[in-house]
Amino acid sequence: MSQNDILLEVEDLRTVFDTSEGAVRAVDGVDVTVRRGECLGVVGESGSGKSVTFSSVMGLVRAPGRIAGGRIRFDGRDLIGLGPRDMRAIRGRDISMTMQDALTALNPALTVGEQLAEMLNAHDEDLPARGGARRRAIREKSVEMLRLVGIPSPDSRLGQYPHEFSGGMRQRIMIAIALAPGPKLLIADEPTTALDVTIQAQVLELISDIRARLGMSVVLITHDLGVVAEHCDRVMVMYAGQVVEEGATVDVIANPRHPYTRGLLASIPRLSMRGQPIRPIEGQVPNLVGLPPQCRFYSRCPERMDSCLQTVAMRPAGPGRRARCIAIAEEAVA
Amino acid sequence: MTSLTNPLVQVENLSKVYEGRRSLANRLTGVEPFSVRAVNDVSFHVDRGEILGLIGESGCGKSTLGRAVLRLHEPTAGRVLFDGTDVTALSAGALKDMRRRMQIVFQDPYASLNPRSTVADIVGLPLRLHGLAASRSEMRDQVVGILEKVGLNAAHLDRYPHQFSGGQRQRIGIARALISHPEFIVCDEPVSALDVSIQAQIIQLLLELKDEMGLTYLFISHDISVIGYLSNRVAVMYLGEIVEMGPASDVLARPRHPYTQSLMSAVPDVDAPGHHQRVRLTGDLPSPLDPPPGCKFHTRCPLATDACKHAAPVPEEVSPGHRVACHRLHENLSVLETASRAEGC
Repeated sequence: MSQNDILLEVEDLRTVFDTSEGAVRAVDGVDVTVRRGECLGVVGESGSGKSVTFSSVMGLVRAPGRIAGGRIRFDGRDLIGLGPRDMRAIRGRDISMTMQDALTALNPALTVGEQLAEMLNAHDEDLPARGGARRRAIREKSVEMLRLVGIPSPDSRLGQYPHEFSGGMRQRIMIAIALAPGPKLLIADEPTTALDVTIQAQVLELISDIRARLGMSVVLITHDLGVVAEHCDRVMVMYAGQVVEEGATVDVIANPRHPYTRGLLASIPRLSMRGQPIRPIEGQVPNLVGLPPQCRFYSRCPERMDSCLQTVAMRPAGPGRRARCIAIAEEAVA
Repeated sequence: MTSLTNPLVQVENLSKVYEGRRSLANRLTGVEPFSVRAVNDVSFHVDRGEILGLIGESGCGKSTLGRAVLRLHEPTAGRVLFDGTDVTALSAGALKDMRRRMQIVFQDPYASLNPRSTVADIVGLPLRLHGLAASRSEMRDQVVGILEKVGLNAAHLDRYPHQFSGGQRQRIGIARALISHPEFIVCDEPVSALDVSIQAQIIQLLLELKDEMGLTYLFISHDISVIGYLSNRVAVMYLGEIVEMGPASDVLARPRHPYTQSLMSAVPDVDAPGHHQRVRLTGDLPSPLDPPPGCKFHTRCPLATDACKHAAPVPEEVSPGHRVACHRLHENLSVLETASRAEGC
């Protein structure tokens, strides 16, 4: 894999929220690699740091949060330390992000057409410079975007407000706005969590479809391993602010190496498991304030040992795979 | 013997219509205010000791149905027989006594617990309402007993809801529902707001409590994997009506209604991604304010014909206890494709 294949490379990212109870290390030493054209799934439960990781990439972390360390390289450029002006030029044009809740992410007081035009005005450099030609080009492009995401009679719907659309349609509009400037990377944060399954299937197929057509990369943040299995080339599993496992989706699901990933897979109720007990992961996610230097999954891990009471680093766990579990190293030595 | 043959809950032709208020403008213009038929002529039964899974998408009326069964929302028409007694005909006082025997667990563990009450007060309230504890100390003992059953303990008694995680709050909600020793529980999306690993804990807890306390559940969910995993029988709802109902193994292995087939195929499958045929649904759920005529599913149905637009289909029994309401039942050949997927159910 040449360096040129890599679109986004995050190294040792640390994002901290300063609270009255102490510093919450929401993202603690996270590495991410996104290749050109691939779909990376990011899985984790609430508080795992999956959204904060990518808000950090977008430069959207606000006080009391701050990026305390690490490197973010996008398409050959360092993003940390970039001035607000330069960051604004990249955000939206090169990297776009869609939010979980389309109703609050869209502006209720502007029509869908106005919100698309805003994005195009800010980022599309192929448009005519000014005047009627520019307005016409923006309108044409807006209609084209709505058509691309499958909104019927897009011409007449440009003048409507977000509340006039259903939940699935709003999610499509947000995707249309995010894709309008032709970004190289789309970060989709729980794009279907608020949607019904039949609509979820439509929206996910739409994202896969557009990715193939436009050749962009997608990061799909989700809590649903089923969604990852169907749509992502690679997967990264996060727990309590750290990556605990990553690799090709098929490998990770067929042969999970980290006990947390195994626990997550065993927690999913399946039609085929009727009558057999499911094996939930006991306990709950630890408080991220003042964590001791040990495996963060220790208190819930069914396979814990004394040697887990030390800082555990990510280690190779097979071709193209890494996991943060001490058992893997010992097994390799043995 | 009667308890074995009589269902615990028998719902007959239940409807719930929400009427808009008639405004001055309505009266002047003669326009009828809106009305939503959230539940339309629904009949089913729940046998003693079984779990009936009720599945459908948002807005289909499944929560309204669950509440109408308990008369938390007053039904507009129809009857609910609980252990032979017509609940819809009970006086307020008699209904209160009956409520001891039928309870509900809500979806949102944040909104359903009073933030200003302690766990002891929240869980003990049903005992006070029904006069089930002779003294404060007896009440405390009972509350501690039920807390221990749901995985909490006496140390939690004087804490407030905000001091608990989502999963623990749901345990408090379950303790409150169970403390009056009910026979029937409506579980209204009890695990939908929870993370995957916590969801599994609560499902396991509900199953254990059911066996231990001899409970009967009406389990409402939009998640077909959850419903499929724990239900004995399944009812599928679309726009206020039950379109398919039957034994879970039968309905999920051989769904016969095109809506059930599309629901089954839309669920992402972690074990066999992309291995199943998509029964594609186009478009969104129609507005319940203005439901389509005829078969309500015809606007999204891949098999719809002209006949479907005019007459509502009558449920037909396709195998013992498995009923389907579809005009195109006998032309629907997608059965085989979905059957191969859900083998082993």
